[in-house]
Amino acid sequence: MAKVKMAARSPRIDMTPMVDTFTLLLTFFMMTTTFRPQEAVQVDTPSSISEKTAPEKNVITVYISKDNKVFFNIDEGTDTSLHIRAKVLQGVSEQLRVPFTKEQISKFERLASFGMPIKDLPKWIDTDDQNVRDQLQTGIPIDSTDNQLAMWILFARKANPNAEASIKGDAAADFKVVKRVLDILQDYKINRFNLTTNMEKVEVKLDDIK
Amino acid sequence: MAEIIQEEGGGKKKGKRRAKKHSTHIDMTPMVDLMTLLLTFFMLTTAFSKPKTMEIVLPEKDQKETKKEDKENQIPKWRAVNIILDENDKIYYYTGLIDKPPYPELIETDFSKDGIRKYLLKRNLTLYKKIDSLNVAALKSRKPIPPDTLAKQIRELKKADKVGPIVLIKATDKVKYRNMVDIIDEMAICNIARYAIVDINPQELKMLEEYKKKNSVTANK
Repeated sequence: MAKVKMAARSPRIDMTPMVDTFTLLLTFFMMTTTFRPQEAVQVDTPSSISEKTAPEKNVITVYISKDNKVFFNIDEGTDTSLHIRAKVLQGVSEQLRVPFTKEQISKFERLASFGMPIKDLPKWIDTDDQNVRDQLQTGIPIDSTDNQLAMWILFARKANPNAEASIKGDAAADFKVVKRVLDILQDYKINRFNLTTNMEKVEVKLDDIK
Repeated sequence: MAEIIQEEGGGKKKGKRRAKKHSTHIDMTPMVDLMTLLLTFFMLTTAFSKPKTMEIVLPEKDQKETKKEDKENQIPKWRAVNIILDENDKIYYYTGLIDKPPYPELIETDFSKDGIRKYLLKRNLTLYKKIDSLNVAALKSRKPIPPDTLAKQIRELKKADKVGPIVLIKATDKVKYRNMVDIIDEMAICNIARYAIVDINPQELKMLEEYKKKNSVTANK
């Protein structure tokens, strides 16, 4: 008998509180989200106790992947009308004599980090296939004979003098490569670096050492 | 999906007759569906922990070449602590300088809590205690002390320090980036006032090799 009564009652549940909570959460997440363009490599940063948050604007970022490839990125800064990325690309392309079309430059502005010799860059910009893109990412040459990273840094500094240098190295990358990148940056009078790390808590007890 | 919607549509028609009896219900299921979808999307895309950075300042390059010699000599021998990083997360350290024989002996240690940190803390105890008490006082004081002021006070303490170690960090070629970050991190943990990243010199490489040779012999015995 009881079963019949249950069926007669409308099975609706009042969803208003649920909707309320959802709206609240949704608003929260929408407001806190910042969209980031996809990065060229997955970098597993080492951890440190530092509590300083990484700068988001005006940064020249050099990525070092765990197989010691070097990637580069520069953001548009706070004023997008300056077209910093376009300027950097134009400068480097003139210097290294690799021509880019207008379309390629404007598409480059919307892309993020990259890591390949400049001759492969037009191909990387043109393709939309993620697999082709990944295959092209062979790292920016940093040898003293073909130091393209230095060119990128030089023109990035020219286009945006306020930019800070940030190094995002993988924990498993060789220090030798990082040191080389630091040396190149120092050649362009950048002596202050931000090493991107994860947060880690460490407690030190004085009793331990007595 | 379509079927379910149709079914509910049918339910509404029946409900119309009863609409006066019951309070007006709006079917919120599609709305909830949509919201859950969006919510999940935003939750998954949000990166909560923003990346942190560790700031390091290296000495200017051109100055480094000319002043390096004088600078190394200026360091009082008893304050100099040389840390050599090696592959497989190993650390070797020695105190003093290697300007002339007899050369100091290398001591092997690691990145653990009782490893290099213990040694550095011991050496840096006076300064560490000062900074620690400052931090504790800042936490306990009723008036909140702005972090800038605190940082400035700590910087001044570090500047005035005359007994703490001066750490020279050197690395062999096979060292991973992680180790370098870890050791700089140790400097921050132990509140070391002065440290520098320096290139390893041949004498130290030789010492390292000898140390390893000696150790492998004793291990074999």
